[in-house]
Amino acid sequence: MSIDSAGSFLADETMRRALVACIAVAVGSAPIGVFLTLRRMSLMGDALSHALLPGVAVGFVFAGGSMLAMMVGGFVAGLVVALGAGALSRFTAQKEDAHLAALFVVALATGVVIVTSAGQDDELLHILFGSPFALQPANVVVLAAIATVTLIGLALLLRPLIMECFDPVFLRSVSGWSGPAHYAVGTLLALGLMILPAVCARYWRRDLLGMMALSIIIGVLGLLAGLALAVRAGIEPGPAIVLVLAGFFVVSFSLGRHGSLFARRTSRVHLEA
Amino acid sequence: MNAPLVTLDNVTLGYERHPAVHHLGGAIERGAMLAVVGPNGGGKSTLIAGLAGQMRPMQGSVDLHGLARRGIAVMPQRTMVHEDFPISVLEVVTSGLWRRIGPWGRIGSDLRARIDVALARVHLAGFERRAVATLSRGQLQRVLFARMLLQDAPLVLLDEPFTAVDSATTHHMLRLIHEINEAGTTVVAVLHDLDQVRSHFSQTLLLARHAIAWGPTGEVLGRDNLEAAQRLSEAWDEDAARCLWEDAA
Repeated sequence: MSIDSAGSFLADETMRRALVACIAVAVGSAPIGVFLTLRRMSLMGDALSHALLPGVAVGFVFAGGSMLAMMVGGFVAGLVVALGAGALSRFTAQKEDAHLAALFVVALATGVVIVTSAGQDDELLHILFGSPFALQPANVVVLAAIATVTLIGLALLLRPLIMECFDPVFLRSVSGWSGPAHYAVGTLLALGLMILPAVCARYWRRDLLGMMALSIIIGVLGLLAGLALAVRAGIEPGPAIVLVLAGFFVVSFSLGRHGSLFARRTSRVHLEA
Repeated sequence: MNAPLVTLDNVTLGYERHPAVHHLGGAIERGAMLAVVGPNGGGKSTLIAGLAGQMRPMQGSVDLHGLARRGIAVMPQRTMVHEDFPISVLEVVTSGLWRRIGPWGRIGSDLRARIDVALARVHLAGFERRAVATLSRGQLQRVLFARMLLQDAPLVLLDEPFTAVDSATTHHMLRLIHEINEAGTTVVAVLHDLDQVRSHFSQTLLLARHAIAWGPTGEVLGRDNLEAAQRLSEAWDEDAARCLWEDAA
């Protein structure tokens, strides 16, 4: 893209807004995605994003399209499902993933019932399935605020989170923190909807902070390129972003430095010690 | 006999109403070197979990005589940690200082010096930046041991610390265990190698769901006791009758 066309790309206000919103989403969610993939909970972010539906739908039906109401509704629904699954697995013999899967199906069905009984509405579908071109300025501020709070929370909880991921029993024994840290992972889960950048980053970096930084970069690059592709090719921006990130994914698992197809082939070359 | 650090009173620990440790009573003396031995499924790891407060007894009580739960350091079986998580040796060992630093505390030069000493004691100086995933089993055990050293706990629980560890590393760790014991730490270790127990642990608990014997190692590890331990079934009987121990006693 030449500087000139980049300029015209940015001249459009809708486009600028979409860019800022997408960067906020990438920065806020990609590091969470790293933790999810490392805890083998990659599918959980996905499950939770579906679990948000009834909350968003309730917010939509009762507050008539207020972005804040829908976000609060979605957040509460995600929290209920995440904490519910955490509590069930703590007090029963079944594992957390089974409960999360069970609860998210129930939440999804509930959401569909609410949406369909409220009547088909294009605006709601836009919000649920994500068109960054439909965002209002206030929405962008909310997204940026969420990303900021997420990053600050992650920074404050980083040490216990790392300990919880490596040796949860130890963290509980020295601190009694297992509850909070465990729930923190569940709570942050609700925001961790971007697994692709995290999966990609893991093929290139072995250290946690490096993975998080790279996942943000990949997320932002994917979103920018995806938006540009959407405009150029005239396709929906949501799928365009995912397709671009899928491209990163293919490159990463083929050529990445650690554990990729290529790295596994060449790792027969060995060092002296 | 020294004052007891932990007293077990008729403790039953188990899973879904099936006892894994059945009506265990006895005392762990302050400053003891206690080995816990017995057949697989005999309740050794369950006892460790019960002592550490990770499991609540179904019956009976564990009296710590004022020792805080946080004063108990546990070295888990290697299978209990997620060793593929991207964490460095330094980060793991540092977490042993949690009681001093908490979630946000800074690691000053005095604490850093203690970390260096702990790493040197397990012969892992220079390994600070290594990712745990790249370590051998013996090295990982030593990292967990260094973390435990930094906890400065009056009671240390070791769950099969030498499984899949070579003999040189085992000897080295046994020496370290003696050192912390001589400095006043009470040590409880789950072990399988009876010769090791005979030469390093003065007290032994032979556990096969019930306590077969508990006392001086030489007396506990007699032929009759060991045969009795083997005979006790490992069976999990779905139709087992309700335990009437209380009524009989």
